[in-house]
Amino acid sequence: MTGQLEGKVAFITGAARGQGRSHAIRLAQEGADIIAIDICAQIDTVPYPMATPDDLQETVRQVEALDRRIHAVEADVRDRSALQAALDAGVAELGPVDIVLANAGIFPLSMNPDPREWQDVLDVNLTGVYHTVEVAIPSMIERGQGGAIVLTSSTAGLAGIGGDNPGGRGYTAAKHGVVGLMRSYANSLAKHSIRVNTVHPTGVNTPMVVNDAIQELMQADPAMSNAMANALPVPMIEPVDISNAILWLVSDAARYVTGVTLPVDAGFLVNK
Amino acid sequence: MGRLDGKVAFITGAARGQGRSHAIRMAKEGADIIAIDIARKLPTVPYKGATSEDLAETVRQVEALDRRIVASEADVRDYGALKGALDEGVAQLGRLDIVSANAGIFSSAAAEEMTEEAWDEMIDVNLKGVWLTTKAAIPHLRAAGGGSIIITSSTAGIKAFPNFIHYVAAKHGVIGIMRTLALELAPDMIRVNTVHPTSVDTDMVQNEAMYALFAPDLEAAARTREVMGERFGAMNALPIPWVEPVDISNAVLWLASDEARYVTGIMLPVDAGSTAK
Repeated sequence: MTGQLEGKVAFITGAARGQGRSHAIRLAQEGADIIAIDICAQIDTVPYPMATPDDLQETVRQVEALDRRIHAVEADVRDRSALQAALDAGVAELGPVDIVLANAGIFPLSMNPDPREWQDVLDVNLTGVYHTVEVAIPSMIERGQGGAIVLTSSTAGLAGIGGDNPGGRGYTAAKHGVVGLMRSYANSLAKHSIRVNTVHPTGVNTPMVVNDAIQELMQADPAMSNAMANALPVPMIEPVDISNAILWLVSDAARYVTGVTLPVDAGFLVNK
Repeated sequence: MGRLDGKVAFITGAARGQGRSHAIRMAKEGADIIAIDIARKLPTVPYKGATSEDLAETVRQVEALDRRIVASEADVRDYGALKGALDEGVAQLGRLDIVSANAGIFSSAAAEEMTEEAWDEMIDVNLKGVWLTTKAAIPHLRAAGGGSIIITSSTAGIKAFPNFIHYVAAKHGVIGIMRTLALELAPDMIRVNTVHPTSVDTDMVQNEAMYALFAPDLEAAARTREVMGERFGAMNALPIPWVEPVDISNAVLWLASDEARYVTGIMLPVDAGSTAK
């Protein structure tokens, strides 16, 4: 049986582990080749260990094990020229991009709030998303074959959660901002048949959520933990659940879906 | 291997259009089907109603896929008939996993000129009929240990349009039904979501009354499919006149499948960017 994405190329940021790696594998299972980037380095205000070069290599290994090609580069979404160079090198090797997944994100939330969290989370989670789309769209438009872009927002992109720290407020502001970006791009790119949508995960079982800093916060503030309550009786969901939503959005099954905010949230938002 | 192997889906308004498409699409993925349709024209509806032959054609197409289908003529406003048809289907097919509350009608008039008959018929079919469909289905879904309910709303469930206040109210109203049921049924792992189509290429859209509503400035003879495609297309962001029934079916299928196992309480537009414009 042929895959749903046979012959397509997907550009994925934050692909070293977590949701980004899961997206790379899920799309590769459906026949896509992958251009993967990740910062693979620590940002000071982030209280959990960020991805490493070894993590990115593991993504490469798992995609290649599926007999798909992958071009992986260590690059920071805040650095537009590095991002452009990474994309261009990937396109030179694999061919033009059909799919863009702006997935890279940080969650700088801890017991020791730092005023710098605000700017860091805005830079990565909002400006980084903008850069990711900007570097990819000129060639997509020029090629004239349409395409699909999915921006990873959050339940915090549709509700005022995230707490009182600069990082939490910044996270919520950035994830709301991503919705504005999506709607703006959805309108301006529709005439090129390029579709743009957001996904809004609840808590996902990845190192960004399952880490000592978040555990400590939850224990210190039960209200925070209650604020994470899903309607469905599941405490958190798996990366593949987000990958399956993204796969549907970028596939021909959703060929006329654009401008949509798609929660994958176990009923978190309807339960608010 | 199908994405719905071993599942049973209940679909209202299954004689033609989106409902038939949902039956075929889900049957292709391995589901057996319980199909109902009123199979006649309602008094305030200005286009031809589905027929018994239409429902028989849905049966033929599902059976051609080697799936089973239990089809009956029943009205979503008649709880006894609806429940009887569903219970009989479950008795024959063994279980119920998926509900597509798809049956719906359309008519139009300015609010001040609308008859109470048109209002009542619309609310009874497009709003109360959805609740009755879910009311009949919930015990069977609980018995199956979980399930997925997909309610067909509309872009008119998200934004207003002039000249069909009853349809806009009903399609907004089903979002309230969806959200309430999502909360009530979450502990039983029953998921509930809405889909919101833009114009779809079906008999409910492709008819003289709908054409007149969206092109009142043109003579009837000038309202060709091509001209109307431009009128309907102007509502979309993507450069297309309308979507096909299968595009809605693909969204319903995704929501029904395990790929969306933790998706509940959401509104999913399939609208070519119409509501984001």
